[in-house]
Parts: sequence; structure tokens; C-alpha cells
Amino acid sequence: MTRKPRLHIPLPPARPGADPDFSYIDIVAAGAIGRPDPHTRIRDLSNDLIYSMVRVLDDDGVATGPWDPQLDPEQLIFGLRHMIETRLYDNHMLRMQRQGKISFYMKSRGEEAVSVAAAMALKPSDMLFPSYRVQGLQIARGRNLVDLMCQCLSNSKDMCKGRQMPVMYHWKRGNIFGISGNLTTQYPNAVGWAMAAAIKGEDDVAAAWIGEGSSAEADFHHAMTFASVYRAPVIMNIVNNQYAISTFQGTAGGEHRPFAARGPGYGVPGIRVDGNDFLAVYAVTQWAAERARLGTGPTLIELLTYRVDAHSTSDDPSRYRPKNEPEMWPYGDPVERLKTHLIKFGQWSESQHAALIEETQKQVDAEWRQALSYGTMSEGPFLDKNELFEDVYVDMPNHLILQREQMLELDDEREGH
Amino acid sequence: MPRMNMVQAINSAMDIMLTRDQNVVLIGQDIGYFGGVFRCTDGLQRKHGEHRVIDAPIAEGGIVGSAIGMGVNGLRPVAEIQFADYIYPGVDQIISQLARLRYRTAGDFFAPVTIRTPCGGGIRGGQTHSQSPEGIFTHLCGVKVVMPSNPYDAKGLLIASIEDDDPIIFFEPKRIYNGPFDGDPDKPATPWSTHPKGEVPSDYYTLPIGRADIVRAGEDVTVLCYGTMVHVCQAAADYAEVDAEIIDLRTLSPLDVPAIVQSVEKTGRCVVVHEATRFSGYGAELAATVQEECFYSLEAPVIRVTGWDTPYPHAFEWDYFPTKRRVAAALEKVLEMT
Repeated sequence: MTRKPRLHIPLPPARPGADPDFSYIDIVAAGAIGRPDPHTRIRDLSNDLIYSMVRVLDDDGVATGPWDPQLDPEQLIFGLRHMIETRLYDNHMLRMQRQGKISFYMKSRGEEAVSVAAAMALKPSDMLFPSYRVQGLQIARGRNLVDLMCQCLSNSKDMCKGRQMPVMYHWKRGNIFGISGNLTTQYPNAVGWAMAAAIKGEDDVAAAWIGEGSSAEADFHHAMTFASVYRAPVIMNIVNNQYAISTFQGTAGGEHRPFAARGPGYGVPGIRVDGNDFLAVYAVTQWAAERARLGTGPTLIELLTYRVDAHSTSDDPSRYRPKNEPEMWPYGDPVERLKTHLIKFGQWSESQHAALIEETQKQVDAEWRQALSYGTMSEGPFLDKNELFEDVYVDMPNHLILQREQMLELDDEREGH
Repeated sequence: MPRMNMVQAINSAMDIMLTRDQNVVLIGQDIGYFGGVFRCTDGLQRKHGEHRVIDAPIAEGGIVGSAIGMGVNGLRPVAEIQFADYIYPGVDQIISQLARLRYRTAGDFFAPVTIRTPCGGGIRGGQTHSQSPEGIFTHLCGVKVVMPSNPYDAKGLLIASIEDDDPIIFFEPKRIYNGPFDGDPDKPATPWSTHPKGEVPSDYYTLPIGRADIVRAGEDVTVLCYGTMVHVCQAAADYAEVDAEIIDLRTLSPLDVPAIVQSVEKTGRCVVVHEATRFSGYGAELAATVQEECFYSLEAPVIRVTGWDTPYPHAFEWDYFPTKRRVAAALEKVLEMT
């Protein structure tokens, strides 16, 4: 007897060899939905925030509607420059991984607006709890690329002292939390940080990022529950880039409702934004931050975007999605869209753009040379090997002192002492 | 006989069980269409269908918890946790449900779940892709813990695990998926095709759970090890020119105590080796067992060689990893003691 399974298995719209199919993505016009006053209580918020989408830039690069954050040209060019810097940094580090200079890398191409616009919309004292694909937060907050490169190289200037895989950056002074490879673990931490800010009566907010795939982790539920219960001043971002590693967003539960719709079940407003629209990401982050600072509470933001490149250097997306799918993403490229907008209003030109790319590339190359001068995994200067045992505890317990001696003794033998 | 690497042997075990038993289902992240990040389930969804080789959301607690439910309802689930380092959200389900379900319900309910998960270091994976958390699970009452060291054992033990009515955590040392590794990263990689345990029957067979394997007989010292360390220990014995008896435990819980006792009574010395950290690690259980069972045969204290008691680093991986030289030094030391 053959069984007839009735179990629903989500299937992506297109596999390798098929034509890409984004018919499951609604096409929403720029300026289509209203901007509620940040004081608005959740029950009075329109469902359009969840089921439609906040978009500001239209297809011609014109900013329209009530969500236009009215940024001045300097701010826009600042955003453009940092998105380009992020992209060129990513490209460079991928090449270095392919050349064996670093062990691993993860690019964020196509998702630069998600991080750069959000970082700009928040105060420097607001605390960021990143996932592994929002390096633009670091770059927009002014991090020297050399510092990021040295982390990836595990060299003598590595902020993690060789203890983490590449891209697991942190920045204490820049108020960016450290990355654990264990997904979503930072989400409840962000809520706790925000609760502490509220307890202390401070004005700072926390913001956290996860992917749509990792919204399936139980820590998502913990974070949402605590954020709602204590009305924590926190911004919860779900970067819906359509893919976990190989599985599409439907496997994470995106077939039935936008991820933003998960907010109201917890009593947290949800809002969906075009993640490739720099202005929209800025505006929505600003709105959520205002709500948090007013004491109105947390906000869940779904950023609709697309992971253009592989999940990581260990991944090959041609095994599970059509090769030309990235080109077909209906909401375009964040860098191109902001550039078009700037050119449209006479604030920018193709030649300025080309010059910026060239200048940034030179900067990346120079910074890489500087980073290399602090060593690589195979060439010195190296980190002090004693560091392997530091920072497990405040003070090194005896058993670790002993183990460190054993390790060093073995080195002495090897060198024939 | 066909030659397989560990990935192919594990794939073959699951393929056979999916074919033999309609109640066997697989669930895990990226295991379906993609075939798993280490390719262990390559082709199985195409052959056995999307309802039996199921792609899961990123939720280890959900994967383990739902596998338990499937097991209670008559299926025989094989869950994959993509890296052992990511198993922790599933640990509440493992401890509070999976391990104790039979005991708590006086045998009325049980879940014959096998949880496969790649473990161990040596792949530049840093602290979230290199861990050896087996000691957390050997401490539980009600789950069995298996870790093979070669393709032949992997296939026979995985089939036995899937058929076993007790829950099993099946650790796969990822460093030896494609070939045995003696702990020297500078040497060219060796494939399984040149190793005798790379000969794997294509058909069904099982190996008994709870039985250790003497991979090399010797007179002077007993080495207790498992997983990747089996290969490192053999290289260490050669390097130190020590006549070591090397025991591959294969099943960590329940432990094959008679095999250990017989060997230590013969050699009078014992070195315990694992990649996992030392303090309260699985090696402590082994050392205590040897001390309790073989005290009057021992001519020297039992020595442990383990990962250092720090998180697994990205840099200095080969200073962290218990290398051939570290094991060799311990062998020499235990032989010098009287």
C-alpha cells in the first residue's frame, strides 16, 4: 500500500535550469502607504504597514510619499559612499579568500542599504546587535577597513585575537556587539540591553538583525515576548533576503504571511520595507527609533531584499537556484537606485560615481596592504600564542596556567631547546 | 568491494534504511534538494521524495522536538543538526524529552530518533564549527552516543543506530569525512580509497552498538580514543615507537568496559585521548573507569590528552588540536613512570 502524504512541503518557485519566478513578490508602488504618528498604539496601526510595503524611491529614482526622510545631498552621498565601500570591501575579501589569504568570507552584495541606511538613522550611542551579513553597520559608523581586514586575517591586530572566524567582528567603542555564529542568540540580548537602558532612564535604543531563516529559532520568540512585555526600546530587524543557505523563505514560514506579520501576535507593530530602497530603510528605522525613544515600544521591521551572492565561500548557489535569478529581483540594486536618485536631482553624475568607485577601490587596496603588514595566518607578525588562554576568565585559573605551560613546553621541544 | 569515503558511507546507510523501512524519514537544514552542506544526504530527496527527506527551518529545537513527535507516532526519524556547535537550542528537547521519555512513561512512549551531527575541529572553523560536545550527551541517562572513525564503521553503526529503539546521538568527525587525518595539517590529504576501512559493502549490514574495536594490538600501553583521534593516536604510536594497543571506542555510551579492562590488565598503562576540552570531559569518565576496574594492574597513572580548556580558536588551531606530538609525549611519559 502506498501512502498519500498530505504534509505540505514548501517548494521554491524556480530550481536551477528553470526561469526565475518572483511572482510571489508583490509589486508595491512607492509612496503607497501612510506614515503613522510614532505615538500610535499598535491597535490603531494600519495593516498596510505589514501587508503592503514602505517604499520611497520609485522606478525612476524619484522620492515620493510621506515616508520620504528628506535627507540632504551630503547625507545621501555619505550613504552612497558607504554602500560602495561595503561592496568593494566584500569583493576584495572574496578574492582574498579565493587566493587563500583568509579562511572564509560572507558577502552582503544587494543588501548594503539594509545596514548602511539603518546605521545612519540611529544615534552613535544606540547599541547594534548584528548578524553576520550587516558589515555595512561597521562601515557606516566609520570603522577603518583595516580593522575589519585584520579580523578576517586573524593577525596581530585582530580585534578578536584570533579567536573567531572571519566576519565575526565587534566594536566596543562603536557600540556594535560581537557576533556568535549561533543564529538569533543576539536577539534576546538586544532586548535585554534595551530593557537596561529603560531601567537606567537613558535615551539610547538597541537594534538587532537576523535573517528570515533564523527567525525560526526559539530565541526569536523569547526576544519578541520580552520586548513586548516590557515595551523595550528596541528595533528588531528581519532581513528577508529570500534564502537561508539553500532553502527559500517559504521554508522559514514566509509562504503564508510576511515576516512582519509576526509582530502583532506578540503585541509588537510589524512593518515591511523595501530593503533595497535606501530612503525607505532610513525612514522606517527612524520611525522605529522614534517610537522606542518615546516609550511607545519595540518595532519589528521586515526588510525585503535579495541575497545576490552565495551564503558564504563554502556555498554554491547554482546548485539550488537559477543562475540568473539575482538579475531578476524586482526591486533592483540599492546602490544603483540611490545613484539614479542623486543624478536625477542634479546632485551626482556618472563621472562622479566612477571617480568615487575608483577612489574607494584605491582606498581598499591601500588598506589591505596596511592590514597585511600586521600579518596573515601564515606570515608574521603573529599574535602572541599565550593569548590562546587569555579571556576565558578574568583571571587565569591554575589549570589553564598549567595547560599553557604544557603547550609552550612542546614548542620548546620542537625548536630543540 | 566498493570504496567509499565517510560521506558516501553515511549516505548509503540512510539510502538503504529509507528503502528498507518506510517509517524512516530524514529532517534537517539544507538536507533535501541541496543534499546537505557536507553532501551526506545528496540525492536522497530525489530518490525518496520530499515527504521523507525534509528540509527544515533553522530551528534545532524544532528539528529535535518534531523528530521526537514523529518517533512517538511510529516513524523512525533521522535528524541532522548541521554542526554539533548548533545543537544547543535542541538540548532541552534532548534532555527533557528524548532521553527520559521511556523512563518517565514506564516504557509506554519512546522515540527512536537518531540525531546525526558533524563535530570536531581541524577545518579552520573557529569556535562555532569545531566543537566536540559529546561529553554533554554521554552525561545523560537514556541516550546512546556513537562516534565512528572510518567509513566502514560509520555505515554499519548508522544503520544499527537507525534500527535501535533507543535515541542515539551520532557524531560524525567532519575532519575525516574525506580521508583519515593523522593530525599533521602540513601533510597532503589522504583519501579513504587507500585505507582498508574505506572498503564498504554496498548492501545492508550492521555493527553492534556498545562494542569497541582494537584497531592495533600492543603490549606496553592502552590508548583509549575515538573519532579523528584514532588516526592521530596511531600516528603518535609510530612516531614515538611505542607498542601501543589502540582502542577505538566507537560507542561512547554505553561503554564497552570489558574491552578496556582486558587491554589495560595486559598493558598496565593507559592514555585517554579526545579533542574535546578536558575538565569534566568524557576522558574523566574513562580514567575513572580504568582506575576502578584495573587499579591493581596499573603501573602508572592514567594520562589524558585533550583539547585545552578554552573555546576552540580560529588562529593557533594546531596548537589547540591534540596533535601527534602531544599524544606521543604522553605515551613516552606514561612509559617512563613507574
